[in-house]
Amino acid sequence: MSSAPDTQDHTPPLVRVGRFLGDNPMIPLLVLLAALIGVLEIMRPGIVSPFWAGNTIKFAIPLAMLAACQMLTMLTAGIDLSAAVVATVAGFVVATVSPLHGDGAGIAVALLAAAAVGLVNGFGVGVARVHPLIMTLGTGLIATGCLQVYQRLVIATGSDIPDMLEWLGTGRTAGLPNGLFLFVPFAAIILLGLRFTGFGRLLFALGSNEHAAKLSGTRSWQVYIALYLLSALIAGITGLLYVGMIRAPSLSLANPLLLPSVAAAVIGGTSIFGGRGSYAGAIVGALILTVLGTLLTLLQMPEGARRILFGAIILAVTALYVRFTESR
Amino acid sequence: MTDQTDARALLDASGVAKSFGAVRALTDASLSVNAGEVVALMGANGAGKSTFVKILTGALRPDRGRVLIRGQEARVGSPAEARASGLVPVYQEPSLIPDLTVAENLRLTDTPVDPFRAYVDDLGIANLRLGALIHSLPLATLRIFDLARALASDPDVLLLDEMTAALPTDLVERVLKVVRARADAGSGVIYISHRFTEISALCDRAVVLRDGRTVGDLAIEEGVEDRVVELMLGARIDLGRRAGLAHAEARTGTPRLKVRNLAAAPKLTDVSFDLHPGEVLGVVALEGQGQDELFDVLSGFRRATGGTLEVDGTPESFGHPADAIARGLTFVPGDRAHALLAERSVRENIALPFAARIRNWGPLKLRHERDRVAHAIEKLQIDTRAQGEVRRLSGGNQQKVTIGRWLATGVETLLLFDPTRGIDVRTKRQIYPLVRELAANRSAVLFYTSELEEVPLACDRAVVIFNGRTVAEIDASEADEQTLMRAAYGLAEEGAA
Repeated sequence: MSSAPDTQDHTPPLVRVGRFLGDNPMIPLLVLLAALIGVLEIMRPGIVSPFWAGNTIKFAIPLAMLAACQMLTMLTAGIDLSAAVVATVAGFVVATVSPLHGDGAGIAVALLAAAAVGLVNGFGVGVARVHPLIMTLGTGLIATGCLQVYQRLVIATGSDIPDMLEWLGTGRTAGLPNGLFLFVPFAAIILLGLRFTGFGRLLFALGSNEHAAKLSGTRSWQVYIALYLLSALIAGITGLLYVGMIRAPSLSLANPLLLPSVAAAVIGGTSIFGGRGSYAGAIVGALILTVLGTLLTLLQMPEGARRILFGAIILAVTALYVRFTESR
Repeated sequence: MTDQTDARALLDASGVAKSFGAVRALTDASLSVNAGEVVALMGANGAGKSTFVKILTGALRPDRGRVLIRGQEARVGSPAEARASGLVPVYQEPSLIPDLTVAENLRLTDTPVDPFRAYVDDLGIANLRLGALIHSLPLATLRIFDLARALASDPDVLLLDEMTAALPTDLVERVLKVVRARADAGSGVIYISHRFTEISALCDRAVVLRDGRTVGDLAIEEGVEDRVVELMLGARIDLGRRAGLAHAEARTGTPRLKVRNLAAAPKLTDVSFDLHPGEVLGVVALEGQGQDELFDVLSGFRRATGGTLEVDGTPESFGHPADAIARGLTFVPGDRAHALLAERSVRENIALPFAARIRNWGPLKLRHERDRVAHAIEKLQIDTRAQGEVRRLSGGNQQKVTIGRWLATGVETLLLFDPTRGIDVRTKRQIYPLVRELAANRSAVLFYTSELEEVPLACDRAVVIFNGRTVAEIDASEADEQTLMRAAYGLAEEGAA
């Protein structure tokens, strides 16, 4: 409440640490990431190498891109549960259309399909005012169903993945994954776009106080349609990259990435209640989850136990982080 | 008549005090109600009326003083206990649960059905269906049900808080009749209303609160209205406070806003006025007379249900605040929480309208923004850096941010809804000259205020709204508090509704 500048002397040290971390939320995330890598190195000395780093980054990229879908929608107190399905659709479509009509057409059709889902989401959330959770869950199911129907139609076609996508998904340049050629510009656009464009401002505004945004002349349905369209296009592009990486299109290609993408955004400090979040945090969140996955694989635990541990760690990290950065 | 220790007193509250932090809402409030009496409780905005009601009904505990019901210290730790001890309130907003049926709501409060049915009948609501869901019924009916439920529980003291506001006239008459009959049968009634016509028709006495204390206890007789208004205002006569208004030039030409017979059901029924460029027009109204709806219509948050609005001579009907903004009407709401992004910077808050339209969704014009924001901050003397989060500002500075937002975009018509509510005196004194300066630069300002003494400080003229309609138009030179208060209570001329 008091805005006096000389309040430092009375504040207990823990609160001051909390306040510092609250102002610099990236620090605890980077510390956690470093700690996980440290544990990994202790458990299996020598594992941490440039090659390992490249691999980790390679697998973190699609996760970080889907986390962008979650982070952007969460800024407006929404979520995009159709993101992973849209990625799957895009990946499957590109692999089945390309052999018949060429790579360009394949990519175009894949992104069109993604955009269609995004438009429906945006219309549902922005105009019909359906809760985003329900809306995107529903379109995700519908898209999955459509994909199954589509698969029956193209069952004889066979599939082939455009060379360009394989190069992007699996190739390396100077030891680093080629996916970075896509991801670095992408991340730059998101990071700068949130800070320095009117659209970015409106996402934060809608999530902080939709009434205030309306009062200032924002027609929120326009923002929601653009937002969910953008989210679906990001998911579609992720699908293209992912199918190039996995090289085996299937009906559940990217689906397992859904919950980790939500987790990456939340661990990265995005509030599901809207108005607060950063993409830098979500990127580190994706790296943390990827390293954590490696760690748990090395433990050679049964799959069930691994998942339990994974979930528990996500909960603990998120709870601690939120506690640290919001205790004001 | 005013004997507070009367053995017949059903309710006797005396010396009640209550503070909220440093704010002393009540210092010495008293009220007694005898059997067979209807007592009006009156007070201007901020007199402490609602705090007193909350204490009487057990929603708040007093710091000092006591509330006796039938001579017993009322254990009013909660509304349920107050109800059990014999005091039953009925508010403007019916306290019925929307997703339950009428019968289920009655069961919640253990209300016997037969007397309820009889009262509903008396109050003139035909074909009562106990199985109807509350949210499917019209508001007027619910008010009646709420009253009937209170009556059916056979209370010693009935407290009616503004429950006739926006009720149709025939229902009001029946309510008054039934309440009077109830009192005649030996109950006591506390009646809170802004309407002198109802009070003189129904009440035996009027108790007047001002600045947290009871300042008068009057019998209702011919001419009591003037006495009540005097008591509500107190002896705060400080003349020569007007900052010498640059007198508005002849109000000719096309008005910026021309409002005719504007209505927004149910509260706003018939409001007309002109607002010219270069003018500050005050709006004076007691709480809930339709001013909220008026501002909602003008700012695009709700559509009018009748009447016309012209902006610079063109008829308009706004479907969204963006439409209003496009025509130059910008709105500063009374509740700052509705207008601010608490966790974002002052700069983002002020610059918010810049990004609203699709063509401005692209890269921000940072230099332009910085200049405009800096200009607004300087103009308003906001104590902050532009990077600071808005929630860390004081209330006064927050209010300046909501106004600054429109200064930064350039003001044509500013709709200010109670901009000085709950802010410190120093900030208030900065806001009046600012409003005057806007007018001097050919902006038009509509200025609703709940504090009457502000009208001559900031406005050229004032329109008074009572019961949803304009009842008076008063020039600033005549707008002393007494005149305004009388007009606000509908007493101005030959008895407006």
